[in-house]
Amino acid sequence: MKLRSLALKLALLAATSVAATAALEARTLKWSRSGDSLTLDPHAQNEGPTAAVAHQMYEPLATRSVDGKLVPALATAWRILPDNPLIWEFKLRQGVKFHDGAPFTADDVVFSLERAMSPTSDFKGLWTSVESVAKVDDHTVHVKTKGPNPLLVQNVTNTFIMNKAWAEKNNTVKPQDFKNKEENFAVRNVNGTGPYMLVSREPDVKTGLKRNDSYWGRGETPMEVTEIIYTPVKQDATRVAALLSGEVDFVQDVPVQDIQKLQGDSKLRVNIGPENRSIFLGMDVGSADLKTDNVTGKNPLADKRVRQALNMAVNREAIQRVVMRGQSVPAGAIIPPFVAGYTNELDSYPKVDVNAAKKLLSDAGYPQGFSITLHCPNDRYVNDEGICQAVVGMFGQIGVKANLVSQSKSIHFPLIQKDPPETEFFLLGWGVPTYDSDYIFTFLYHTRAGARGGFNALRYSNKDVDAKIVSLASETDLNKRNATVADLWKILKDETLYIAIHNQTLAYAMKNDVNVPVHPDNTVWIKYLSFKRS
Amino acid sequence: MFAYAAKSLSQGLLVLLVVSALAFSMFRFVGDPIANMMGQEATQQDRRELAEHLGLNDSVPTQYARFIGAALRGDFGVSYRQARKVSDLIAEKLPATIELAVLSALFATVCGVALGVYAAIRRDGWLAHLVMSASLVGVSLPTFLIGIGLIYLFAVELRWLPSFGRGDTVKIGWWSTGLLTTTGLKSLIMPVLTLGFFQLTLIMRLTRAQMLETMRTEYVRFARARGIPEQTIRFRHALKNTMVPVITIAGLQLGSVIAFAIVTETVFQWPGLGSLFVNAVQFVDIPVMAAYLMFVAFVFVVVNLAVDLAYFILDPRIRTGAAAAKR
Amino acid sequence: MSRLERLRDSDLWHSFTASPVTVIAAIVAILMVLAAALAQAIAPHDPFNPSTLNLMDGFTRPGEEGAGSGATFVLGTDNQGRDLLSAILYGAQVSLIVGIASVIFSVLLGVSLGLLAGYLGGRTEAVIMRIADVQLSFPAILVALLVFGVARGVIPPAYQENATLIVLVIAIGLSNWAQYARTVRGSTLVEKSKDYVAAARVIGLGSLPVMRKHVWPNVSGPVVVIATINLALAIIEEATLSFLGVGMPPTQPSLGTLIRIGQQYLFSGEWWILFFPAFTLILLALSINLLGDWLRDALDPKMR
Repeated sequence: MKLRSLALKLALLAATSVAATAALEARTLKWSRSGDSLTLDPHAQNEGPTAAVAHQMYEPLATRSVDGKLVPALATAWRILPDNPLIWEFKLRQGVKFHDGAPFTADDVVFSLERAMSPTSDFKGLWTSVESVAKVDDHTVHVKTKGPNPLLVQNVTNTFIMNKAWAEKNNTVKPQDFKNKEENFAVRNVNGTGPYMLVSREPDVKTGLKRNDSYWGRGETPMEVTEIIYTPVKQDATRVAALLSGEVDFVQDVPVQDIQKLQGDSKLRVNIGPENRSIFLGMDVGSADLKTDNVTGKNPLADKRVRQALNMAVNREAIQRVVMRGQSVPAGAIIPPFVAGYTNELDSYPKVDVNAAKKLLSDAGYPQGFSITLHCPNDRYVNDEGICQAVVGMFGQIGVKANLVSQSKSIHFPLIQKDPPETEFFLLGWGVPTYDSDYIFTFLYHTRAGARGGFNALRYSNKDVDAKIVSLASETDLNKRNATVADLWKILKDETLYIAIHNQTLAYAMKNDVNVPVHPDNTVWIKYLSFKRS
Repeated sequence: MFAYAAKSLSQGLLVLLVVSALAFSMFRFVGDPIANMMGQEATQQDRRELAEHLGLNDSVPTQYARFIGAALRGDFGVSYRQARKVSDLIAEKLPATIELAVLSALFATVCGVALGVYAAIRRDGWLAHLVMSASLVGVSLPTFLIGIGLIYLFAVELRWLPSFGRGDTVKIGWWSTGLLTTTGLKSLIMPVLTLGFFQLTLIMRLTRAQMLETMRTEYVRFARARGIPEQTIRFRHALKNTMVPVITIAGLQLGSVIAFAIVTETVFQWPGLGSLFVNAVQFVDIPVMAAYLMFVAFVFVVVNLAVDLAYFILDPRIRTGAAAAKR
Repeated sequence: MSRLERLRDSDLWHSFTASPVTVIAAIVAILMVLAAALAQAIAPHDPFNPSTLNLMDGFTRPGEEGAGSGATFVLGTDNQGRDLLSAILYGAQVSLIVGIASVIFSVLLGVSLGLLAGYLGGRTEAVIMRIADVQLSFPAILVALLVFGVARGVIPPAYQENATLIVLVIAIGLSNWAQYARTVRGSTLVEKSKDYVAAARVIGLGSLPVMRKHVWPNVSGPVVVIATINLALAIIEEATLSFLGVGMPPTQPSLGTLIRIGQQYLFSGEWWILFFPAFTLILLALSINLLGDWLRDALDPKMR
């Protein structure tokens, strides 16, 4: 009975797919964004364009839809075992095949998760709470955690599943070790379960994919694109020119100043949507004295009134309108609306008030203001340098002279990550891949220790806050957990530790016969695309 | 002559060593690769371990010695950014840059010398003045602006030429060439113009200056007095003497063209060594940066050697001078 | 005869007044240099003081009133609401300082090393020319990166913003001297073998006087040609460095930085942000180059 229904399903599937292919001619999508996928190895780089390209060929257990909801991919269902809070059970999709024809089973999931947890993987940080992964049957996997972890499933969306036999055969059971002299096979070869298969790969130049006609979701998604040609173009002007001249069909990373012009072109379509990333300034609140200021013997930023004054000086609407050309959402806390724990109240920010800010400064003992160095990246976030320039002017109006040092992200981020940090005032952006406040608390607010507080360059340390943050990871009572989250945000917002500026938005521009929705993670699934027939 | 060449060559090898040593002392100022190599979830300990594992905590001389030791065995390591063998990456990108650079240098030298000679001969003609003025405007424009301007005009407005990339390429052994396909040739036009334009104006102005100077020398006057036809004087005598400094500059420019292809390649998304290097700098991909610098240094050594030899052949006085110095 | 009279009677002055293009170029150049030098006095705004900017004035069209402050901006404003006219005046000053200082630096270094190498020959020559090769092997951007990196390590953060100018002069100067050295050495080799230099040597003149009196006048021609081109080139190199991510900070923009900022708005319709700085740069470089051209012809001893 079961077998017969499956056969029927398959026959139906085949019939519809034949019909679909017959109705459509081959359609190529030329896709471009600023960076290339760094490697095709699915566990070697946890980074934007790398994940975006991988998502066409590899699949994780679950993905996120455009509104940020978790949806099934290679797993069809998941739960925490009712009798054991330490075990997550994943039910796997049946009838899935890898590009080379091998069937997809629990062995592949166990292998891939273990590979993602291995020392040379860039995803191991997402899986540190896992003790072991075990196969139960061919289509069931149990993930055992070290302590209760109610949010584990939020971490699966970019951890791709490889074929165990293929990896073993090609000697690529571990991601690239950069000390090795040889290139790992998986860097330029792919065997996934995804809707597109690798045809050609020239790093930094062109990656060609073709449709996988035996894809499990063939009947459920349009998959009208038969061929994808991905070409990274680094320069903004050149990339926009390539779209205007018709050389590419679809462009991500559209410079904000060009959106209006592209919108005015009748042959083009521009889709705009919020990104799951906030941009903010961080301040050293913990040091006894600052090195880069002109105040001796004390740290002006340790005084909450000074932080409030700075917060009050930032004209977020002006930044949005002029620097971002309307392409941002001004914010009052470093939490994008997609993230669990967000409230409108949390996101409120003070009105710009130069006089009140000056009064706060003089109450704090700085009637003449002070000077300090502001560190800023110039090649990481949308118009990051422009934002910094603008806030330098705004701080200047209340008497705080910020000396701007803007430099490449390769120099900027180590300043924040080093222990102790080498910056006292800095711009940072933070994306939240797990869509949960815990991720923000753990990395940006928790005292820097062990796996926590890695980006907390504030020198902020509050035992009470730390304890509450730690409790979130294992709290299984959702109401209690939500209350703790709300409580934490209340404390932290009141402290004004970061000056939130805005949440970024994303803009995709394309020829108007395609319609690519904006995904908050800046990932694209070409399989969902259909062409408008004229 | 052979001794002269051998001496230049051994000095060249010394140059390679010095360049690579300087390069190594510089890398830590470019940034920290670890921040780019690990996701934001990585812990301090993960970062420390990776730095230790890659030997980034070792002293600069230690790292340098390790690099040279491996390089002598032909091993340039694996790219931090792309996890691929650096030698493969260089070999893959080399043809694109060589084709671009050689065509640009050719374009600059041929057009530059021709225009320079013309401007010298018709010194007061309106066309010569126009050419000179145009060349001045040319050297007053930043390369990246010329490139973006060309893209705007020829790719966006007129749609005659592709705005980026190499077009279709054909593989001949490991060499990929864009010279055999229509799209490949079309893709070459704007980058070659952009890259060659500055060198062209430089060579043109230099040719004109040198030509005018030679035309005033005693022996040209003497030749004229003897009634040798003006054409013969210009092209047999004057041009030959003009060529010495012009060749120096043109030769030196070939090396610069390869090095400064960085900007042109960035503007046109040209998949050559320049783009590779810019990406490497941004990522702090130390193995790629090191190999690229070694490569550029190598090209300079070869070019300088060639220029020295050309000097030697073209100007007999140096030959005797060198011989005299040796004695 | 006073110096001035001598100048008026000189061939130099005659050849100058004989060429109207040169006179115009000289007037333009002098006016621009003066305007740049007096930027602090004549600019309507202070573009280097960010606290005086009103962000809401950003992208004001030329001649229109800013949305934030209501002030009128003759050449419009840039992306930060900075008055472009003032920014160009200040920027030209920065560009000229970087250009002139770095050219002087590289000429001094390159010419003296080139003369030494060409004249002395032997080991001195080998060492100098190999150093020149090393320098040439380093793309300018890398020399700049190196100097920047070292500066970042050495200079306290609070002063870095202000030190960039000096760092740029050194970086650009260091990336150009080898060209002079190569050329001067080449010409020196030719001159050295000529009879009059040999004769000067025979009568017992020391190396230095011979070089100064006999060799230098004959190699100065190519040096002036290269130096004039290099003055414009140095200004452009600064712009290119900005384009690649180093260069003058956007809070103290040079003409090159202004162009770099402006080129982002090429497609979006805010043409003035690119056009006016680019036009100024071309005009400046063009007039300097025209003057250099004339000077080259006039300085040549054989022209007299």
